[in-house]
Amino acid sequence: MQNVKIVITGPFAAGKTEFIRSISEIDVVSTERRISDNSRVVKEETTVAMDFGRITIDQDLVLYLFGTPGQKRFDFMWEILSEGMLGFVLMVDSTKSETFREARQILDVFKKYAGVPYVVAANKQDLPDAWSPEDLRIALRINSDVKVLPCVARDKESVKHVLLELLYTILESLEEGVS
Amino acid sequence: MALKGNLRDFSVTQLLNLINLARKTGALTIESDGTTARMYFKEGRLLHASIAGQDDQLTAILQKAGKLTPEQAQIIRTRSQVHTDKELGLLLINAGYLSQEDILSSVKQHVLDVVYYLFPFTDGRFHFEPDQLPPADRITVSLDLESIIMEGSRRIKEWERLQEELPDLDVVLKFADRPRTPLRHINLNVDEWRVISFINGRNTIRQIAQHNGMSEFQIRKIVYGLLSAGLVELVEPAEQRRKAAEAVPAGKPAAPVQPPAVKRNIIMRIIDRIRGI
Repeated sequence: MQNVKIVITGPFAAGKTEFIRSISEIDVVSTERRISDNSRVVKEETTVAMDFGRITIDQDLVLYLFGTPGQKRFDFMWEILSEGMLGFVLMVDSTKSETFREARQILDVFKKYAGVPYVVAANKQDLPDAWSPEDLRIALRINSDVKVLPCVARDKESVKHVLLELLYTILESLEEGVS
Repeated sequence: MALKGNLRDFSVTQLLNLINLARKTGALTIESDGTTARMYFKEGRLLHASIAGQDDQLTAILQKAGKLTPEQAQIIRTRSQVHTDKELGLLLINAGYLSQEDILSSVKQHVLDVVYYLFPFTDGRFHFEPDQLPPADRITVSLDLESIIMEGSRRIKEWERLQEELPDLDVVLKFADRPRTPLRHINLNVDEWRVISFINGRNTIRQIAQHNGMSEFQIRKIVYGLLSAGLVELVEPAEQRRKAAEAVPAGKPAAPVQPPAVKRNIIMRIIDRIRGI
């Protein structure tokens, strides 16, 4: 049995856990705990180590989705989680411009860990205050060759779209490697 | 889509850059520490800017620019029968007191003064209302944001902020693949040209600084301005590694590469499965 993984990263409360919950075939193994600091005003629980979702591809292959902890004090976990990943999704809450700088910093860190393909998921596009993906691209200074995708993390079809676009990007990078 | 937030998280430079690159039309309002400023844009170009509570009537603008004496301004204010800036501008031109160029350059300078005043603001709410245009009675200009961003960036003095924006000096700079900035509108100073001359897709920011004898602060300031204006981009680490590998002299063993055929097969299976979920 071969295991492969994709990492879902992003700032606190960006929607990483919800994203994995929407598509995982198992109940997400979430290490959420009640929040004990000022972040409580944003949400009651947060992921302190990782979320863990699973999609069985076939008899010999399983895809794991790992969500990184959003709070900065757990960033020591990021490098461990990123080891051996096929690629990663940077989740951004499109309605919270106060998290954009942190999102870019997380992106810089993950790009250093591994030169793997990635996409940016502009989450919460169903909310009226959401910045558009193209505005987010400029705000996060994402190069034009990186996909910035509209996303609603609790919508399975939207999550599928983001994952497929990441996989297409991985495929393209492999083909570039061959040629 | 709404654009609102706080300057703590998204600076004036970044806002103007966004408006420029996305070619936005509308009004940007900034409220900070008792100041409310409003800037109008059309397709990414700056039309007008004002600060609430400040006299930004044409008479005051012309007086500030030295085109009218205080006495002349006072006479216009008390005796003029015209009510709008456009009417007053026409009157002054037709009477031969001022040229159209005098008026437009004064308005331009006023607009620039407002915008540059806002650049150092690091805290305060902002809100962009799409499709809002300036009041019809105002004289507007049409200014490229690229040069404004460059100049505004030059004026940013907060070292910490620059360090946050550009934390890593060991990354390589390249010219933007598809620059969205018309180069003819950019005015570079000598130091910026010195940096530009060392951008070749291989030199890191730190190396460029060393070549030019620049401090970290100087190089950050210049590179941040060039990045904000969309002239240059940071090379992605993977691309950086590939370029470094290409630069390895012949005869050295290449780094081991995982057979792509195996991985490709895996990715195809995952794609098929996810499509079917």
